[in-house]
Amino acid sequence: MTAAAQQFLDNPLGQGVTLDDVNEAFEFLDDWEERYAYIIDLGKQLPAFPDDEKVEENYVHGCQSQVWLIHYLDPDSGRLFLMIDSDAMIVRGLAAIILIALNGKLPRDLLSVDVDELFERLDLFRHISPTRGNGLRAMVGKIRDIASKEEAGA
Amino acid sequence: MTDLAAAQKTLDVNAVRRDFPILAETVNGKPLVYLDNGASAQKPVAVLDAMERYYRECHSNVHRGAHTLGDRATAAFEGARETVRRFINAASTRQVIWTRGTTEAINTIANGLADRLQPGDEILVSTMEHHANIVPWQMVAQRTGAKVLPIQVTPQGELDLDALDSLLQSDRARILAVTHVSNVLGTVNPVRELIAKAKAKGVLTVIDGAQAVPHYRPDVQALDCDFYAFSGHKLFGPTGIGVLYGREALLEEMEPFMGGGEMIERVSFERTTWNTLPYKFEAGTPPIAEAVGLGAAIDYVEGLGRNALETAEQALLQRANELVETVPGMTVIGTAKEKVPVLSFKIDGLHPSDIGTLLDQQGIAIRTGHHCAMPLMEFFCVPGTARASFAFYNTLDEVEQFFAALQKIQRLFAE
Repeated sequence: MTAAAQQFLDNPLGQGVTLDDVNEAFEFLDDWEERYAYIIDLGKQLPAFPDDEKVEENYVHGCQSQVWLIHYLDPDSGRLFLMIDSDAMIVRGLAAIILIALNGKLPRDLLSVDVDELFERLDLFRHISPTRGNGLRAMVGKIRDIASKEEAGA
Repeated sequence: MTDLAAAQKTLDVNAVRRDFPILAETVNGKPLVYLDNGASAQKPVAVLDAMERYYRECHSNVHRGAHTLGDRATAAFEGARETVRRFINAASTRQVIWTRGTTEAINTIANGLADRLQPGDEILVSTMEHHANIVPWQMVAQRTGAKVLPIQVTPQGELDLDALDSLLQSDRARILAVTHVSNVLGTVNPVRELIAKAKAKGVLTVIDGAQAVPHYRPDVQALDCDFYAFSGHKLFGPTGIGVLYGREALLEEMEPFMGGGEMIERVSFERTTWNTLPYKFEAGTPPIAEAVGLGAAIDYVEGLGRNALETAEQALLQRANELVETVPGMTVIGTAKEKVPVLSFKIDGLHPSDIGTLLDQQGIAIRTGHHCAMPLMEFFCVPGTARASFAFYNTLDEVEQFFAALQKIQRLFAE
């Protein structure tokens, strides 16, 4: 197995950490400062993204910041692994939440995740509106495209 | 009021704020601090009332109906045109053309001047232009074989006049299209000097006044420009309405690029002829209520006294500049000597979108991103900036809240 593949498999987001953990954490955070400090902290947990993958084909359009996304389909388990990076820290945090929801799933299972429900839940995290150019929808759209292609190819 | 009294009038900012209902809104549980005036300014009650009154009491189509409402609507609509004429000191209302905004105005000019352009002709714009004063020229250049050449700016964000001089040496220069005030940097360009330089070489001048009119009253005859364009919504008026001013001979020469009702004199399948100015460029039913609203906005702003507004705005800018050093890692982009109250900035280690998101959490509205000026972002080597743009209804207290919020954000990320 290549080192790059191992990096994908080692990503704890979506594997050890779940959305329930995030929900639970948010319940105890009172004000926007604490909530955003938590989101920024989640962003710091994104695994290092390889610089040579920051190319046009991995670029996610529709975000105000620069966002890159790469994936790896593990041949043994058939599961889809993702890595995201951004130059904006809050976007990194939001990307971490997306990975917690979607990373390391079978493409079929990923496609069955109710994204609108996910966004609604994100809205519950107060004020993290997915419509404000932070690229949440663009990221999720690209991930679903990848999953659809892998599912069709499977 | 005598001129002296008008000049000495000071602004009662609390009274003025009561004229703008939206300023009483709360955002994320905090009182709104609106510092995105460069993108679009808020509207005073005078504008809202004028538009409502128009719809309640006057509305009909203009220049058509043989009835009383048609006359009222036409009087309100043409009255607003006269208000704009006075505002910019145009010689005639024939030179005041309604558009949807600055963008449509510049497109109309670029399209109308296309017939004058030959392959190899040069259109000069500056690096600090809004895309609306770059792209229409590129489109016309593509059609005609002309070239669009940028005038460089200095690291302070001022127009490089030597660079302009050398570009004007070319005998292929035909059009100079520059902004009066930079939307990103706040730089006030010496347009009168630029126009004189261009004129001396027989080059036509187009001034983008979108960011200037909220702060200055342009005198198109004193400026001696060929064209001047601005939008209503940045001047505390409605969206969807703007103004194209042009030299009459040029407007007569230019072909309209939209055809339809209102803009024609006579239509037949053999030969259709255009209406007279300004209607030749106003195809279709115009935004009548919006024109009326813009007229009311101009009356409102002029009633406050431009000198008082400028004094108040410069005090805001000065206070902001003083406070920059209280935020570690903050750098201002655009430090021209003459500026309107606009503060573009970056903070080390933070993306502009991070700054914008966390300011919004504190009820503070700014703009982040490339501000439709990608060539300028490239020049300053930034992906975008955060921009606070102030209006006369902002207070010194709001400036201080803004900086306190930035300090908080800086601490949050430093943790």
